[in-house]
Amino acid sequence: MLTKRIIPCLDVKDGRTVKGVNFVNLRDAGDAVELGALYAAQGADELVYLDITATIDGRSTFIELVKRVAQTINIPFTVGGGISSVADVSALLHAGADKVSINSAAVRNPDLIDELALEFGSQCIVVAIDTRYIDTEHGKEHIVHTHGGRKPTELRTIPWAKEVEDRGAGELLLTSMDTDGTKNGFALELTATISENGNIPVIASGGAGTMSHFYDVFTTGKADAGLAASIFHFREIDIPDLKDYLSDKQLPIRLTR
Amino acid sequence: MKTVIIKYNAGNVQSVMYALDRLGAGYLYTDDVAEITSADKVIFPGVGEASTTMSYLRKTGLDKIIPALKQPVFGTCVGMQLMCRHSEENNTDCMGIFDVDVKRFPADSGMKVPHMGWNNIIDYKTPLTDNIPQSAFMYFVHSYAAPVCEYTVATCDYAFPFSAMLHRDNFYAAQFHCEISGNAGQQIIENFLNLKS
Repeated sequence: MLTKRIIPCLDVKDGRTVKGVNFVNLRDAGDAVELGALYAAQGADELVYLDITATIDGRSTFIELVKRVAQTINIPFTVGGGISSVADVSALLHAGADKVSINSAAVRNPDLIDELALEFGSQCIVVAIDTRYIDTEHGKEHIVHTHGGRKPTELRTIPWAKEVEDRGAGELLLTSMDTDGTKNGFALELTATISENGNIPVIASGGAGTMSHFYDVFTTGKADAGLAASIFHFREIDIPDLKDYLSDKQLPIRLTR
Repeated sequence: MKTVIIKYNAGNVQSVMYALDRLGAGYLYTDDVAEITSADKVIFPGVGEASTTMSYLRKTGLDKIIPALKQPVFGTCVGMQLMCRHSEENNTDCMGIFDVDVKRFPADSGMKVPHMGWNNIIDYKTPLTDNIPQSAFMYFVHSYAAPVCEYTVATCDYAFPFSAMLHRDNFYAAQFHCEISGNAGQQIIENFLNLKS
């Protein structure tokens, strides 16, 4: 049976993880490769590496990192952050990434999704959507945001999710900026709406604070995967415990211990 | 031992090479017919679309070379589908090593397509699964699949039960991506490399 996926997300700057990481057993907690390998060994189903470097030098460092990750770990991983062209994607896939995630560039130039799907296949094109529930002239609506969720766009989230699927995205990474960082749980209703409205997998992100939040997002939220960062980095939730918990609750989970 | 990864227009196979590196296995990545036919083991990977990859194989003559190989050959993902008789993906005639037709997962099944993620395989009947735990999880990404047939040596279930692995004579194939299927996937690659030529 196809299992629900647990995905730790690592923010990387100049080749190193930036969010505080609290792993005493790691030689170098800032080493993005070592941390990824640890998560893989713990049973993470995939990894996401987000490059938050702004400089050109940083970008080539990131490519080097992607290569080292691919050489080291034997589970799939997605890379994202600042990807805006076919050439960017080609370099990252060639370095060994399994999928790429595009966000602002897809908003600026939706045709890029079509181009990437045609060139590399939908299976490796993830479109990340940062969304926030805000007041608009039509009342409160879910609106796509860019720039780390700070800048609203003209796009409404639910039709945009459908559009990116129709253009060839193979997966959605949906981050609710309303719940992100709150540890009060994922945006269940919106995630469920988008998951049921489309026919591609949805990775839910933003708001995970407890193990039951993952249960909720896989059941009520209809998500295919759940992503989180700091609760894993700070060991508030250990991945093996989380997977045991979800499996005990009868969800299809890949157990590795 | 000489292992060859067949080079053709089937997308990114970098992770396959890294997987062999992790096993300490040397390999050549080539489309050279002499190198392929003289190899001890041949890996035929693939990420891509059936008709474009198949027309490339026809153009280069690899569509005749591969089915005639005598050493162990291991096709993965699209590589496996191209070893079947036909694919529904753009109505493509394939190499016919396995007498089975590849079907699309039906859109009306209520299941998301592609089938993406970790799914378990069962009913192993192949040396490639030696030392793999029962009902092991493998990583799949595909929209088309070969139904269960006489060559099926491991089964997976999504919209319908389908062939996770095929075997006939010296030809082996897996629908999933061994190279990113954790330790179990790595064991399958190792088992292939350890087959007697």
